[in-house]
Amino acid sequence: MKFRTRSIHVGNRRDPGTGAVVPPIHVASTYVQPGAGDWGEFDYSRSGNPTRKNLETTIASLENGIGGLAFASGMAATHCVTMLMEAGDNIVAGCDIYGGTYRLLHKIVNRNNVSVTLADSTNTATLEAAITDKTKLIWIESPGNPLMSITDIEACAEIARRRGILIGIDNTFATPVLTRPLDLGVDIVMHSATKYLGGHSDALGGVLVVKDKELFDRLYFVQNSTGAVMSPWDSFLTSRGIKTLELRVKAQSETALQLAQFLDQDSRVSRVLYPGLPGHPNHDRAAKQMVGGFGAMLSFEVNGDYHQAKKVAESTKIFQLAVSLGAVESLIEQPASMSHASYDAADRAAHGITDGLIRLSVGLEHVEDLQADLDQALTAN
Amino acid sequence: MSQPSKRKGLSTTAIHAGEQRQKIADSITDPIVCASTFTFPNSQSVIDYIEQKQEREEYGRYGNPGEKVVEKKLASLENGEHAILYSSGMAAIVGLLMAKLNAGDEVVFFDECYHRSREFCSKHLSRFGVITRQVKACDYNAMEAAITPNTKMLVSESPTNPHMSIVDLERFAELGKKHNVDTLIDATLATPYNVRPLDFGVDYVLHSATKYLAGHNDLLAGVIIGNKEKLEPVRNLRGIMGAINSAHNINLLARGLKTFELRMQRHNENGQAIAEFLESHPSIEKVYYPGLDSHNYCELARDTMRGFGGVVTFLVKDADWRATADIVDSVNIPRIAPSMGGAESLIEQPLVMSYFECTPEERIRFGIPDNMIRMACGLENSEDLIADLKQALEKVTKKVSATSRQQ
Repeated sequence: MKFRTRSIHVGNRRDPGTGAVVPPIHVASTYVQPGAGDWGEFDYSRSGNPTRKNLETTIASLENGIGGLAFASGMAATHCVTMLMEAGDNIVAGCDIYGGTYRLLHKIVNRNNVSVTLADSTNTATLEAAITDKTKLIWIESPGNPLMSITDIEACAEIARRRGILIGIDNTFATPVLTRPLDLGVDIVMHSATKYLGGHSDALGGVLVVKDKELFDRLYFVQNSTGAVMSPWDSFLTSRGIKTLELRVKAQSETALQLAQFLDQDSRVSRVLYPGLPGHPNHDRAAKQMVGGFGAMLSFEVNGDYHQAKKVAESTKIFQLAVSLGAVESLIEQPASMSHASYDAADRAAHGITDGLIRLSVGLEHVEDLQADLDQALTAN
Repeated sequence: MSQPSKRKGLSTTAIHAGEQRQKIADSITDPIVCASTFTFPNSQSVIDYIEQKQEREEYGRYGNPGEKVVEKKLASLENGEHAILYSSGMAAIVGLLMAKLNAGDEVVFFDECYHRSREFCSKHLSRFGVITRQVKACDYNAMEAAITPNTKMLVSESPTNPHMSIVDLERFAELGKKHNVDTLIDATLATPYNVRPLDFGVDYVLHSATKYLAGHNDLLAGVIIGNKEKLEPVRNLRGIMGAINSAHNINLLARGLKTFELRMQRHNENGQAIAEFLESHPSIEKVYYPGLDSHNYCELARDTMRGFGGVVTFLVKDADWRATADIVDSVNIPRIAPSMGGAESLIEQPLVMSYFECTPEERIRFGIPDNMIRMACGLENSEDLIADLKQALEKVTKKVSATSRQQ
């Protein structure tokens, strides 16, 4: 079955009890067992829940994995992966990563004597040079956040394989519609399901998908032991959102490309960061790795300082000023003051997150409406 | 489909219309307000509300903040002034007709209308002295001839279900205006993506919002859209009769509307692709789909509609009811169920599903032959749906020819 058909039918089992075409939302916290010490498919909702299981089955299919795990948030999912580390281990992560992941690695994971090295993952030689014999995990994002850098996923996976270490990727920006990292050799795919998977700004969640049963069991052990599971309600809403995932991502990517082209021509904008533009430093790699679009996230720098960028971000009428991304409503934000404020100022500067940078999450609105909105906001500056 | 320049794109409208830009608690999406009642700070505020000096909520049966947002979205999508939501499509038509018709009034239907709508009029409104007349679908002369000084409403679906006949909306609306009779179109199968009946001069548009508007086979809802003044008594009656929707359903409906344009593009594409596949298949006798040259109303449909939706009705060649049922039973992707408009494709044989209790003569009169199948295409990839139908048709054709050889 093709992608869209699977997004609708895999994990959307017909309810055998009622015939309901959409499975019921199972809110039960616990399940009656056939006998003492004799366990049914579900025993307690932290360990497994039918509604969550449906979502996990769907996302595993869309990422071409063998199993999926759904968490209370994307950070809970990433945290679960870091729990595979032991004291003394090292994690090498890309430098263009979500601010929350940066904070988790530098301010939480390090407390357990797990060290973190940031390296430019777009340069595979630099990434490999950062690996030591203590390194047990490579963590990358592509496209990166907020600079839209493109990492060669297959090349990084090859390094991990050669060095005998795990590699995980935050695939939130690309979504399985455009990139399926497990097919490229990655071990663990992570999503903030809050973003494109759910797609409607109304559910929080994270997922992990893997292709190896033993790794799945290790991650499941952590999830079940630590308990940051996705609620049945959010699982239902995420499953519902996934039914239109391909339609949304393709339409939003198309609009983003047109907006990037518009901004690229505009003298009020000094730089546009979008992998779909031929001028993007990793455009060729993106064209090879992302199939069917370049995603719906784009960043640009206004000709101006912190305050002028702030004013543009505050002047739009359709784009709404908020962090998060990936939903039907278009959002605008200033990474320096919002999504990446948890980076240290020095790290922000080192990694190119300038004060004039603005990040857009392009939604489903008509491209002409969005373009007119950006145009008037830049004029307001 | 030229749009006035000030009009926003359909998705922009579906996502933002009716919503406050800055919401309670600054949340990006509207809260689900489950409250059954709404509190007043003091008695003066109650008096201000009753004297209509203050617009606000009072009691859940009269309205809900989330409901107002979706009503504005739906009115906006249909180019209408005002919309009223109901707990189902049937509740919506019942709500309108009960508010607008009095004892002695008459209503004229085109006969290819949802059988429950006609049943409500002929069996229930008749108890209150309302007379229902039915004329052949799309026969405007017959409809005009049926109009008497007591006629108050002309009713049709467009496209009709399951025959997919297309009403000439301009002619239909003019007929109403000429005789000073209100007109109602049930545009559930068309949706405002494909046609906006109010733009043609029709007075009221009805939708079972359960279908394409909500789009996920997971809620029931109905809506009436039209002129605000004309709908005022309808809203008042809804407050008394109480067929309102739940705050949870309305939230899911609002969420479904946000992908309305994308979904309709896909339903239209899938409907057209499946209709063309079926028409070219040797085991198929006839396909009813307005996007096919062979369809009776093809030209009118192309002139007035942007696309034709996901419902495709077809007749299987040389098949009795059992062989036809075997095809329905042999598909793997569409589920056997009534309804339409969701992400999941559905399939049914009208004889078995909606007309089982009719006599063979009645079915002939309604145009429901034994070998008719209605498929409601969902959002799946059309290649998968076509491959599935193909294997089902081949399996059954093989079985039929094997049986005939044995005999």
